[in-house]
Amino acid sequence: MNKRRIAGVALFLIAVGGLLGLGYQTRNRSSAGGSITTVGSTALQPLVEAAGEQFSGDHLGVFINVQGGGSGTGLSQIQEGAVAIGDSDVFAEEQSGIHSHNLVDHRVAVVGIVPIINKEVGLKTLTTAQLQKVFDGTYTNWRELGGKNVPITIVNRAQGSGTRATFEKWALRGHRVKTAQEQDSSGMVRSIVSTTPGAISYVAFSYANKTVQKVAINGVAPTNQNVTSNKWQVWSYEHMYTNGRPKGVAKSFLNYIESPKIQSTLVRQLGYISISQMHVERDVKGRVTVIR
Amino acid sequence: MDKIKEKLQQTSQATRSERRGRFISFLALILILVVVIAIFWFVAAKGLATFFQNHINVGDFLSGKTWDPSVKGANGKPEVGALPMIVGSFLITLLSALVATPFAIGTAVFMNEIAPRNGAKILQPVTELLVGIPSVVYGFIGLSVVVPFVRHVFGGSGFGILSGTFVLFVMILPTVTSMTADTLKSVPRYYREASLALGATRWQTIHKVVLRAATPGILTAIVFGMARAFGEALAVQMVVGNATLLPHNLVSPSSTLTSVLTEGIGNTVMGSLQNNALWSLALVLLIMSLFFNVIIRIIGRKGELR
Repeated sequence: MNKRRIAGVALFLIAVGGLLGLGYQTRNRSSAGGSITTVGSTALQPLVEAAGEQFSGDHLGVFINVQGGGSGTGLSQIQEGAVAIGDSDVFAEEQSGIHSHNLVDHRVAVVGIVPIINKEVGLKTLTTAQLQKVFDGTYTNWRELGGKNVPITIVNRAQGSGTRATFEKWALRGHRVKTAQEQDSSGMVRSIVSTTPGAISYVAFSYANKTVQKVAINGVAPTNQNVTSNKWQVWSYEHMYTNGRPKGVAKSFLNYIESPKIQSTLVRQLGYISISQMHVERDVKGRVTVIR
Repeated sequence: MDKIKEKLQQTSQATRSERRGRFISFLALILILVVVIAIFWFVAAKGLATFFQNHINVGDFLSGKTWDPSVKGANGKPEVGALPMIVGSFLITLLSALVATPFAIGTAVFMNEIAPRNGAKILQPVTELLVGIPSVVYGFIGLSVVVPFVRHVFGGSGFGILSGTFVLFVMILPTVTSMTADTLKSVPRYYREASLALGATRWQTIHKVVLRAATPGILTAIVFGMARAFGEALAVQMVVGNATLLPHNLVSPSSTLTSVLTEGIGNTVMGSLQNNALWSLALVLLIMSLFFNVIIRIIGRKGELR
């Protein structure tokens, strides 16, 4: 009896000790310089993940932990210094609650955003004014715009989503939109638009496939070429923020992502536009300057 | 002589092991208590910041109809009206409980009274299986089956209270069913025997005696189901449409407290108004689940089988 109890206690201690030991062995060694964590934008996540894998392949024993959570999370985590890099679709200055003076911006890619509608609506181009009136609820049926007789169903991204912020700022010119249904991922938005008659929404270029109809704005087609010359104005930078100047692994990882090797391969394969392709530069206030 | 005295006055092996046991279980209790209090304190501190730090009127929060924390409204205060979500949550909870209850009672009665042998063999494992299905699976089925169905039959975009009700109905059905079945099982056998001996038919016995005696337990089961429906986030979020609008019909996109919470929390920054407002929603949720618990307590105490 007594022996059994001792065995029980010993087993318990071994189990607890083993778990703690395992946790200690696999702990996050960001302070030791072995690996770093990046958190934030889900739009940028695929690129950071793919680049992180290649980076680990080139640098033995170094790991890049990539987590989503949204641009807001990325910015707040980097502000608190909880992670090495915070990913965001928007400038830190645009996010309320963020004190941006400490954060250092690294622009690693550009992503274009396009309005998408259900294929059966029968429209291929809209003007800015028409888009504004669709999203503020003035138009309720596609017939009023020359399309088929189906009611308009607006599908928004969640409040605070980087894609939504970019779309409202550049496609709707800050026009206030009507409250409508919201979805929290681009994939979900696309599948809803493709199956719901009369639905309209907006996604990054990489998400707009053949199941939905891309809409040209004011006659300008949503192509990478038009983004690089700013003829298509609905685009945003993908930012990777560090708290202060980057050091150690974070620095070499950022250099790696910004290097021509990644910019000319992974960035393009995954549907982003490389920074080096851009013919213009846009600052936080929206002023556009031509790069020579 | 002295030796015996000493031995009698010493604490025995059994006493010591009992003390040790009591100490360990007391420690476990303290740990749980600390965790619960910490959660309450955390949610309350964060949730009340909206009212104390950002000076939002509690009345405006509970009765406002516009939810747009990043935009300032006509009175210069941010628009954090939670009424659409509160209404959405209650509507979806009540409707799904309303739909689930007859099915649950029917199944439980069949399992216990009409076909106890087959019921226990087939229906019991089936309902228990339903409990184990993760909510994301329910949500996915809702999205790919229920939403298109609702769109074809009832019109609209398919997203809304009605789809949410259908999904939650299936989710809370097993909870309500198995708890109702347990209550029916606990109705003493001699109640039924007495009723049958008086010449009542089986239907009369079930209807007038068994169900009557089990009413408090069945009510508890329903409230339990409602508590689960109220707190369910993922599956509802996938089918309800997440529009912070007061639902004007059952197929218009609307939202619940949980759906707005899960959708918004990743896009806000800790300490900002947008984030605090979400914590206030969490506080409302917490208070509501406390409320459900209290109701269960009261029903349980009033209707104990004696």
